[in-house]
Amino acid sequence: MSATRAAESLLALSQQEELEDLPKDYPLSASEDEGDSDGERKHQKLLEAISSLDGRNRRKLAERSEASLRVSEFNVSSEGSGEKLVLSDLLEPVKTSSSLATVKKQLNRVKSKKTVELPLNKEEVERIHREVAFNKTSQALSKWDPVVLKNRQAEQLVFPLKKEQSAFAPIEHVLSGWKARTPLEQEIFNLLHKNKQPVTDPLLTPLEKASLKAMSLEEAKMRRAELQRARALQSYYEARARREKKIKSKKYHKVLKKGKAKKALKEFEKLQKVNPSAALEELEKIEKARMMERMSLKHQNSGKWAKSKAIMAKYDLEARQALQEQLARNKELTQKLQAASKSEEEEGGAEEEDELLVPEAVNEVQMNADGPNPWMLRNCPSDAKEAEIQKDPEQLSEPVAHKASESEGEESPLAEEEILLKELEERRSLRKKSGLNQDSEPVGRQETKDSSSQEVLSELRALSQKLNKENHQSRKQKVSSARTVLPVQREEPAEEEEPLLLQKRERAQTLEELEELGEEGCFQDKELPRPALDGQQLERNPNNQPGAPKEKTKKEQMIDLQNLLTTKSPSVKSLAIPTTIEELEDEEEKDQRQMIKEAFAGDDVIRDFLKEKREAVEASKPKDMDLTLPGWGEWGGVGLKPSAKKRHRFLIKVPEGPSRKDKNLPNVIINEKRNIHAAAHQVRVLPYPFTHHQQFERTIQTPIGSTWNTQRAFQKLTRPKVVTKPGHIIKPIKAEDVGYRSSSRSDLSVVQRNPKRLSIRHKKQLKKNSVD
Amino acid sequence: MKVKMLSRNPDNYVRETKLDLQRVPRNYDPTLHPFEVPREYMRALNATKLERVFAKPFLASLDGHRDGVNCLAKHPKSLATVLSGACDGEVRIWNLTKRKCIRAVQAHEGFVRGICTRFCGTSFFTVGDDKTVKQWKMDGPGFGEEEEPLHTILGKTVYTGIDHHWKEAVFATCGQQVDIWDEQRTNPICSMTWGFDSISSVKFNPIETFLLGSCASDRNIVLYDMRQATPLKKVILDMRTNTICWNPMEAFIFTAANEDYNLYTFDMRALDTPVMVHMDHVSAVLDVDYSPTGKEFVSASFDKSIRIFPMDKGRSREVYHTKRMQHVICVKWTSDSKYIMCGSDEMNIRLWKANASEKLGVLTSREKAAKDYNQKLKEKFQHHPHIKRIARHRHLPKSIYSQIQEQRIMREARRRKEVNRLKHSKPGSVPIVSEKKKHIVAVVK
Repeated sequence: MSATRAAESLLALSQQEELEDLPKDYPLSASEDEGDSDGERKHQKLLEAISSLDGRNRRKLAERSEASLRVSEFNVSSEGSGEKLVLSDLLEPVKTSSSLATVKKQLNRVKSKKTVELPLNKEEVERIHREVAFNKTSQALSKWDPVVLKNRQAEQLVFPLKKEQSAFAPIEHVLSGWKARTPLEQEIFNLLHKNKQPVTDPLLTPLEKASLKAMSLEEAKMRRAELQRARALQSYYEARARREKKIKSKKYHKVLKKGKAKKALKEFEKLQKVNPSAALEELEKIEKARMMERMSLKHQNSGKWAKSKAIMAKYDLEARQALQEQLARNKELTQKLQAASKSEEEEGGAEEEDELLVPEAVNEVQMNADGPNPWMLRNCPSDAKEAEIQKDPEQLSEPVAHKASESEGEESPLAEEEILLKELEERRSLRKKSGLNQDSEPVGRQETKDSSSQEVLSELRALSQKLNKENHQSRKQKVSSARTVLPVQREEPAEEEEPLLLQKRERAQTLEELEELGEEGCFQDKELPRPALDGQQLERNPNNQPGAPKEKTKKEQMIDLQNLLTTKSPSVKSLAIPTTIEELEDEEEKDQRQMIKEAFAGDDVIRDFLKEKREAVEASKPKDMDLTLPGWGEWGGVGLKPSAKKRHRFLIKVPEGPSRKDKNLPNVIINEKRNIHAAAHQVRVLPYPFTHHQQFERTIQTPIGSTWNTQRAFQKLTRPKVVTKPGHIIKPIKAEDVGYRSSSRSDLSVVQRNPKRLSIRHKKQLKKNSVD
Repeated sequence: MKVKMLSRNPDNYVRETKLDLQRVPRNYDPTLHPFEVPREYMRALNATKLERVFAKPFLASLDGHRDGVNCLAKHPKSLATVLSGACDGEVRIWNLTKRKCIRAVQAHEGFVRGICTRFCGTSFFTVGDDKTVKQWKMDGPGFGEEEEPLHTILGKTVYTGIDHHWKEAVFATCGQQVDIWDEQRTNPICSMTWGFDSISSVKFNPIETFLLGSCASDRNIVLYDMRQATPLKKVILDMRTNTICWNPMEAFIFTAANEDYNLYTFDMRALDTPVMVHMDHVSAVLDVDYSPTGKEFVSASFDKSIRIFPMDKGRSREVYHTKRMQHVICVKWTSDSKYIMCGSDEMNIRLWKANASEKLGVLTSREKAAKDYNQKLKEKFQHHPHIKRIARHRHLPKSIYSQIQEQRIMREARRRKEVNRLKHSKPGSVPIVSEKKKHIVAVVK
């Protein structure tokens, strides 16, 4: 931009020089002296004036009357050339003198400055003003959008919008116009006056004020400091305790615990020496603590830790050790109990021993079918199912198992761990059971408990045997279905030992079925005979639940077999398809058609349609009217029909109506049933806000009357959309009503200023707008 | 053996006072109350019929003016007070409860062009054909005093309308330009012009009180901002707009009463398309006023009827007319939203119920419940043809009826022509213009 401008100025300069050159050739005024020049100029002017008088427009020649070629610095005149004075001309003589450098610079700067643009015309300015103002106003109005939307969508609008607030009068105002009238009131007032109870805001009696004043400042300060210290200490201790509690290191805690125990022991020993009676008390305390711990079931392997360890025990030697330790501790704790009971009763002790001798399999059964424990009942079937396959080998290895000789030889390497786990489980279940027994029975009836436990034990033993057998059997089924008969035969003698006759019978039944099923290869649901049997079983003994899960497992296996069979058949089909695909395209198409035909083999659309049409025709036909009255004129009663003659007599046949419109149209059903009388009341077009006819129907079908709705619902359903109070003036909505801050500035404030004078900022904004 | 006995506990059925309602135990089992839809339909039908039976909207006629009533004004504080200005320059103040004129003032020579009350209700302003603006006290003069205005401003041109600010001591007049006046001064604070035609009406926005709307005879509606002292925007319609009215609940909505028989509801932020075109009148619409709830508005027309339109509907829900009522020049909806007043050519002011079949007076709670239920039933079944027919049926004077028929034919013909033109021209060459856009000529920034 500046470059072009410079070029222009250069051009102008050169032109001027050309013009300046012209007078040089002019012959006149070269030899004239300075003094005459003035007079001569006047003369020249006169001549010109005269020449212009004669009316012809002569071209005015550029003329220069200067004597010298150069323009003297004292007598500058642009008169002759008729050209504008250019700054560069003036600067020319300055160029050489260096003393005027600053002036030159300033002048250069002036030269480089742009000229001010022409102001916009008035209309344009006004238009811009208007646009800016409009944008501003519409922005200001947009704050009402949410309010408007809310009011339009509101279920109910109550006018006037602004509720008149009930005036809140302070108590003294209320009291001032009130007098005590009844004796009670007077009494109360007397009391208040006696205590000089004030009614105004700081409701403090003089006594209270005095007591407030009583505490001196220093005292208060001291007290505060004390309190502060106490609080700081407390927080410090709390922080420390929290920090210590947060330490995750097990070793640290172990050491801490051990340290504590040692310390306690030392103290105890010391105490024993010094004060034996106190030591005895201490001992009792320790014993009590131990008992508490025993009761707390802390070493039961039921905790989170124990469970996690049990999982890890397979792989981690340390975990296993920890678990064993825990187990030992548990044993120790339980041992103590036994010892105590032994000391109490000889008989009980013996039984306890007996209990100890009980094989582990028994415990396992107990775990599976823990009679009195409803929670275990729920767990047992799933447990049994899950553990079944894995359990088998262990049970084989166990000495009490009947079929030990028939070991399958698939001792898993994990057997050891499994045993460990099982042991834990047993312990837990046993403990739970005994705990339950103890809970249910008062302490005095130890004997009965023992006897009952004996019974339970014997049953358990039997059950365990059964379970083992069953497990074997099921596994064998899985291995080979052909060998199913063998274990059944083998089992039967064993089962004869069982005391549970009913269950045995059922077992036999199911086994028979099983044989049948094996032959037929289809599954029959045998749930039906069960419930009655179950009831009987429950009456006999609540402990024989394992029957159910066992059968379940069996049935499940049967289902598996079935599944295998059914899933195999489609796979065969799919195998056959690829072979055909490799044929030609035609064949492929044909094949596809074939497939479609096969797929839709069941539904014959045309026949269905014909059937539908026949039905429609039948339905639309008016029926004959039978006016026969049975028993009228002849015998009537159950099983007797009116005679054919009579029926014929009283039958009114419907005359043939006009033929149907679709009689000769085989592919069409024309419904002629439209009732014009009803149609007159029906809505023909879906009304506006609804998008689907179902919506509309639903709104129509929900009744709103009080006949069908409760009073509350009725009121809610019939709430009017707009509620106005009669006699109340509804004022236009205000910004304060809806929580907006109304502008504090008066609408007048701006108008009263001179509207023509705009702020600088506003102008800037205008300019920006115009550029855009 | 347990014998079941009937137990009768008086607590369950005896009412405490004889004023209580009898307790009626109800079983809401739907099988016991079948046919709910048909029954409700019949109830709705009956409710609709009863509504038509009881539709007697006309309440009173206030007569006393000796020339046509040209303008009306509501009192901001008192529901019972109404002011009216007539074509002979007389202003009357009415008491609606007594239905009597309580004061008459000869305010101007020639027409009283505009009348408005101050927001506090202590005084009112009138403008007339005699180029004056006068401020009057609301209360009459004391004994022996002469009826004189508080202030009189002599202007240079005729003022055609006046409106008072809703909060401040400022009012606006219109004529050749819109002038904003301070009550205390005799010169306008500022005058705003845009074009050179006479402005017929100016209205302050009741919510954003610095906004003004005006309509001029050169078919345009102009919006002004008083604070910035500039016009904002101008929309030019097909025909002249007689007056506008702002919605008192929605700050940016206003409705314009147009000479082309229609009313246009605009969102002032988007003037190029009206939000709704309300058609039903068969002659020029002269005045419009919003219900204070902002849900409906009433319009007065040259066709000797007034109509009530829902704000968001294109068709009117009600039309009021009487044999004697001539061209209705002004209309107002009272501030409790219950009544409508209209002033007409034949010197009367008429008072109507806003809801034609509404029972006046105190309602018992049961009446109220029944009313609400009936209203809801009517709403629920409003689309059913019989109910719709009964609810829509209005008796109209022959002139209006025949006009409607005629205009229907005209409209149909126009539509047919348009469709034909569209059909027989190159696709896309004839634009389809919606009814809303059809009447807008231009929006000037």
